[in-house]
Parts: sequence; C-alpha cells; structure tokens
Amino acid sequence: MTTSLSQQLVNLLAAALLLIAFAMLSQRRVLSLIRLFAWQGMALGASTAIVAYSTAQHHLYYSAALTVALKVVLLPWILHRLIDKLYVRWDVETLINIPTTMLVGIGLAIFAFALATPISEMASTVTHSTLGIALASVLLSFLMMIVRRKAVPQVIGFLSMENGLFFAATSATYGMPLVVELGVALDVLVGTFIFGIFFFHIREQFDSLEIRHMEKLKED
Amino acid sequence: MNPPDLTPVTIAAGIAGFWILIGAASLVESQRLRFINRLIFPAGAVAGCVLAIIGARALGDPAETLVLPLGLPDLPFHLRLDPLAAFFLFLLGVGAFGVSAYAPGYFSRESAHRLRLLSLQYHVFLASMALVMLADDAYLFMVAWETMALSSYLLVTTEHKLPAVRGAGFLYLLIAHIGAIAILLSFGVLHGGGFADYTFDALRATELTPFWATVAFLLAFAGFGAKAGMIPLHAWLPEAHPAAPSPVSALMSGIMLKTAIYGMVRVIYDLIGDITWQWGLTVAIVGALTSLFGVLYALMQHDLKRLLAYHSVENIGIILIGIGLSMVFIGMGHPAVGALGLIAALYHALNHAVFKALLFLGAGSILHSTGLRDLNDMGGLIHRMPRTALCFLVGALAISALPPLNGFVSEWLTFQTALQAPVLEHGVVRSLLPLIAAMLALAGALTAMCFVKVFGIAFLGQRREPHHPPAGDHPGGDAGLPESIGMAWLGLWCVVLGIFPAVVLMLLNRVAVSLTGHGLPPEALEAGWLWLVPTSAAQASYNPLIFLATIVTVVLLTFVFVRWCYHGRLRRSHPWDCGYPEQTARMQDTADAFGQPIRWIFAPVFRIERRIPAPDDPHPRFELHVEDRHWRWLYLPVARLAEFLSVQVAVLQRGRISTYLLYSFITLLALLVFVR
Repeated sequence: MTTSLSQQLVNLLAAALLLIAFAMLSQRRVLSLIRLFAWQGMALGASTAIVAYSTAQHHLYYSAALTVALKVVLLPWILHRLIDKLYVRWDVETLINIPTTMLVGIGLAIFAFALATPISEMASTVTHSTLGIALASVLLSFLMMIVRRKAVPQVIGFLSMENGLFFAATSATYGMPLVVELGVALDVLVGTFIFGIFFFHIREQFDSLEIRHMEKLKED
Repeated sequence: MNPPDLTPVTIAAGIAGFWILIGAASLVESQRLRFINRLIFPAGAVAGCVLAIIGARALGDPAETLVLPLGLPDLPFHLRLDPLAAFFLFLLGVGAFGVSAYAPGYFSRESAHRLRLLSLQYHVFLASMALVMLADDAYLFMVAWETMALSSYLLVTTEHKLPAVRGAGFLYLLIAHIGAIAILLSFGVLHGGGFADYTFDALRATELTPFWATVAFLLAFAGFGAKAGMIPLHAWLPEAHPAAPSPVSALMSGIMLKTAIYGMVRVIYDLIGDITWQWGLTVAIVGALTSLFGVLYALMQHDLKRLLAYHSVENIGIILIGIGLSMVFIGMGHPAVGALGLIAALYHALNHAVFKALLFLGAGSILHSTGLRDLNDMGGLIHRMPRTALCFLVGALAISALPPLNGFVSEWLTFQTALQAPVLEHGVVRSLLPLIAAMLALAGALTAMCFVKVFGIAFLGQRREPHHPPAGDHPGGDAGLPESIGMAWLGLWCVVLGIFPAVVLMLLNRVAVSLTGHGLPPEALEAGWLWLVPTSAAQASYNPLIFLATIVTVVLLTFVFVRWCYHGRLRRSHPWDCGYPEQTARMQDTADAFGQPIRWIFAPVFRIERRIPAPDDPHPRFELHVEDRHWRWLYLPVARLAEFLSVQVAVLQRGRISTYLLYSFITLLALLVFVR
C-alpha cells in the first residue's frame, strides 16, 4: 500500500498548502507572512519529494531540493533582510477587510475546484486530485496581490503564486522538465532582487512603500 | 550555389539590393564628407538608369519569376517581372536618375551627419519602391509597401525640429497606415480564407462572389487611393510635400504616388479580374472630382510646393479618370476601348512622373538659391536663374497639356477614350462620360492658368523683395551642374515622350494585352511611329512633329516679319509702366490676385477668411486665408471622435496597481470559464 500511503501524504500536504494560502490571505503582519511563505515552500518541497519517491522520477528530487533551498531558505532570508533595511515590520493594511477577503477566497476555491474536476479526471497521475488545490492557491495568491496595499506583501503574493503554479505542474504532469524548472527558479530569484531594488527606489521617491502614491505616475 | 542567371528580374532585384547597400554604405564614417555627394548619389543615379533600360527591355517579354530565400522561414519572397511591373520600373528608373543626379547639388550644404541619414533613407526608399513593383506575393508587397511609407516618413520629417513638419509627418503616416490597413484587408478578402499561401498566383486563382469581389475592390481602391492622394484622402499631400526636401518631394510626387496607381491596376485588373462597369464609374467619378478639386485648390495656393502638391492631386485624378473609363468599357464588353483607357492612364502616370519631378526640382532650385517658397515674394527670377527658368518652363508647358509636349498626348488619349462613349448601351453611363470629360477639360484649362500664374509671377516681372539679399547659406545664383543635369534629363523626357507618342503607345499596348488580353485595334498599331492613332484614322489622329514644325515655323516667321517691318530702334523702359511715374515691385500682380477670379466663381468650394482693413487704418493690412473644406467636413469630426473615444478608454487607466491586477485577475477568471 505504498501508493496509497504516499497519495494520502500528498493529499495531506496539499491540504496544508491550501490552508497556508488562506492563512496568508488573512495574515496582517509582514513577518508572519514571510514565515508562512517559508512553510508553504516546505510543504511544496515535501510533496514533490514524496511524488518523486512514489513514482521513481529522479529529476523531481532535484526540483524538491531546489524548492527547499530557494523558497524555504534563500527567499525568506532575502525578504527578512529587506524588511530590516526598509524598516517595514509593521502591520499590513488591506484594501478590503479581512473577513470579506476570506469569503471571496472561499468562493474562488470553490470555483477552482469546479474548474479542475473535469481536467483532473483526465489526468492519470497519482496526484491528480490535487489539481484543484493548486489552482485554488494560485487564485488566492493573486487575490492577495490585489487586496494588499503595500509593496512587500504584494511581492510575497507573487512568490506564493509561483508556488501554486509549481504545485499544479507536479500534480498534473509530474513536473515540468528540469531545465524549465531551473529557469523558473532563477526567474523568481532575479525577480526578487529586482523587486528589492525597486523597493528602495520607491521609498526614496515617495518616502513610503504605499502603492497608492504611485497613482501620481499616471499620465493625464 | 550557382550564380543566378542574369535575367531582367534578377538584375532588377539586384538593383534594389544595390540601392540598399549604398544606402548602408553612406553611413560609414568618413573623413571625406564629399564622399556621399560625389559617389553615392551618382552611383544610385546610374543604377536608376540601368533599371530604366531593364524595364524598357522587359516590356515585351513574357513574365519572369524569381524566388528569394529571404524573409521568414518557409515564407520566401516571390518576385515577378511582367510588362506592367516592367513599365513601372522604367518609370522609377527614369525618375530616380533625374532626382539622384540632382540631389548632390541640392544637398551640397547639408551637415555630414544629416546627409548620411538622408542618403540611407533616400536609397532605402528607392529600393522599397522597386520591390513594391516586383513583388509577387502579398507578404513581400506589404513589407515593401510599409518600408516605403516609413522611409518616406523619415525623409519628410528631415526638418523634424519644426513643429509644422512633425505635424505634416504625423498626418502622412496616419493616412498611409489607414491606407495600408485597407490594402491588407483587401488582400485578406482576395485570399478568401483557407490554407493557400499569399502569392499573387493564389490570389488570382481565388473565385470570389460578386459581393466579396466588390468589397475587395472598394478596400483596394480606398487603400491605394489614400496613398495616391485621391479626394477626400488627399489631405496629407499638401502638408507633406512642402515639408520634405525638394528631391524627396519630387520622388514622392513623381514616383511614390505611381506605386499606388500600380497597386490599384495590379489588384483590380490582375488579381480581382472580373471588372464590373459600376466599379469603373465609381473610379471615374472620384477621379473627375479629384482632378477638379485638386486644380481649384492649387490655384488658391501661393506656396510653390503646396501648389505643386495640389497639382499632384489633380493629375492623380486624371489618371483615375483613365483607369475608371477603361474599367467602364471593359465591364460593358468593349475591351479594345478599355485597353485604350488603361494605356492613357499609364501614359499619364509616366508623364506626370517626369514633369512633376521636374517641377519639384525646379521649385527646389529656387528654394535652394533664394530661400523663397512663397510666390508672392518671388519675381524676376529668370534673370538670376535662366537655366532653372528654362527647365521649369518645359515642365510647366508639359503639365498644362500643351502640344507638342508629353502632357498633351496622355490627356488627349483620355479624351479619346471618353469620346468613345457612344458605343455603350447604357444610357445613363453614356451621358455621364462626356460630363466627366468636360470636368477633365475644365481641370486642364485651369491647370494652364495656374502655371501661367506660377511662371509669370515667379520668373517674370521684377524682384518683389529687393531689400532682402539671399540670406545666410543661399547662394542666390542659378542651379549648379548636378542640379541642371537632373532637370535637363527630366525635361528631355518631357519632349521625347511628347514627340514620339506612337512608340510609347506601342509599348504600352503590350502592357494592356498582358493585363486584359486585349489591345488596340490593328488599324491603330499599323499607323506607324509618326502618327498617333488611338482607334482609327477616320476618328482622330495626332502628329506631334507636324505640330512642332508648325509652331517653329510660325515663331520664325513672326520673328522675321517683326524684324523686317520694325524700325529697329531699341528703347529700354520699365515693363508694364502704364504711364505711372512712380512704380514699385509691389505693384505687380500677386499670386493671390491672379487666382481671385477663380476664387470668386468657385467661392462655395473654398473656406475663405478675409480681413479688410478699415479706411482710416494707418497701417493697412489685407489678410486672406483660403482653406480646404475637407478639413472641417471630414478630418476634424473624425479627429474629435477619436479623441472622445480615447477619453472613454482612458477611464481604464487608474494608475493603481491593484486595479490593474484586478483587470488581469478578472480576465483570467473569464478565460478559465470560457475555456471550460
């Protein structure tokens, strides 16, 4: 019953992933947000490793290792340094209050499951039932990007959206080719650096990281 | 790889490549700044001459094709040289030689940096026009067409530091792109869907229903008409031509407008094929209106280059009349007369290319030498610039359609086509064609009047601004050697094309045969090279040599007679003195005054603003502005509509990242639902 056990484990981790996505949506503090992001990366790496073990796909081990190294260690470290330097440890303000956001999020999750059902029936992988969760966490992260008012949480939303995409790829097709994954990982890393640089510039310009100030840039 | 055979089509394509190459070569940093003027432009001119020879020789040959492995993968460029393309290549070669020979003189005082760019754009422009004429698939055609539009836009905005020039360039680019979209759509309709490629062969083979054929015709007519300067899409011409340097105006007006005529003939006669007379009538009526309005607006201008630009509109109208008449006759089952109309139109296209390029070069020499563009400031230039005056006179006589020069022949042939109307069965059309011919006659007469005005006011009389010596970098003398060569070459063609029309007719007959399958009746062709007989000698014939001989004889006899009976004592006095003791140069007739009767008769056509000073005004000033009515009736409403719609769309731009993210989020959700 190894298959069944591993499948159950994957499902458990997928549930954790979705739960963390909801937690991130409701989290007000930047520090906790980063911690949650690291946990999400951890769940993702673990599930990838289990899929790799149960299907004997060796290249998935590499992506699991890469995920853990990048998303559990490196990116949270960079983000911590960033908020230290920028001194933005305070609470995150949202555009819509959190209960409403949660309700919208639940609606999105239902939508994602409804959308994923016909697709996951076609998929023959051991992980096919988790496609809905992957899609839901992508949409939830997107929602988080929309409702946050500060730049740092938006970037965390962006990174966690990438987590969801990665999970969707593993669950539907046992992951993308390694080259593509390496490329995506590099992209995320570079993207984070660029965001970091932009943060400094934005703050220099507007004395704050509130996105609201950038409305002035609009052309009249 | 074997070297390709030296067939005409290979050589023609090679010349296009050569032009691009020397254009690129002129970018090379060189210590010797004279390099471009001494070497690049003359080399381009020689290439033009070779192209003219190739074109003339290929006129009689069957079509040749060539596939160039360039462009996108699996989408090679197809080239084809048939008699129609050969004729237009000939036109391009003749014009390009004249203008390229002239250009070094005109650009002699440009800064090296600007000259490099100009030379690059100029030669790319020439090459793209050659490729438009050689193209045998819609893909290469559009690529060359757009290259032509962009390179000419850059040439028009050479003086881009002036806001007026930028405005003119924008208008030109806008109308060129609207036209290009229409042409693209027309090719799409002709293609008719499916998976066939876009070679002209495939487009020819498509069977279209009458409705879709009409759609394709209308799109092509509007698209090429926009480039040709057909009313009401002509607004860019009088703006862009004055803004461009004169050799560029000469190229654009002389040759680029003809590429639009080429495209129109190619699409309508060759690709669509089944011509109906209703299309022909549309073309002819639009052509008649274009020619009449063009000349009326031309008469109102006092800026020499603007005036010439409006005359380009008028001449495009005459060419369109020829094409329209030809289509009417073909559509009603008289292909022989239809061939005559097509020949008249093509002949006029060649003539216009020659004399309009000549006139623009003449205007350029005046501008170059004196810095003047306003006719009201010129006067007496014949004393300072006798060579320019002579060349300009030849061009002016040619465009006024006076025998024995070339303009007369093609307009006469157009009339002859219109006079064949009695063979038609349809009563309304039969009575409409003479009306169109009457409008053509009116336009011709007004053109003659307009050039009396131009030549009389610019070259004759006295200098109007004696206190303004040629400013700064204007030498004030006559055209130099390169400029004279360019103008003399074009002037020579005005004469040659006028004296030997039967030869040209014979050559053009081959084009007509290859396009429509019918040519002129044998009686017309057997008349020999001396007599020009469009249909049969019983109806009409014209011999330019007899005309020339008569004119020369009359002039000589008059001269001798006057010498013989005149007492011989010479007396110098002020011209047009009329007994006034005190006279200044400002008492001469001005350009505006010369056009006043026409302005009075056709007042509703123009939008006139006049400011007449009060009787007790110590500094009286008379001001007059004549505007094109199309601006207020068509262009400004369209511009306002576009602005209104943009404001509506701009509501989407909130400047908030959250809103933008929301847009993409909603789009994503909508697409997900849609895909399900």
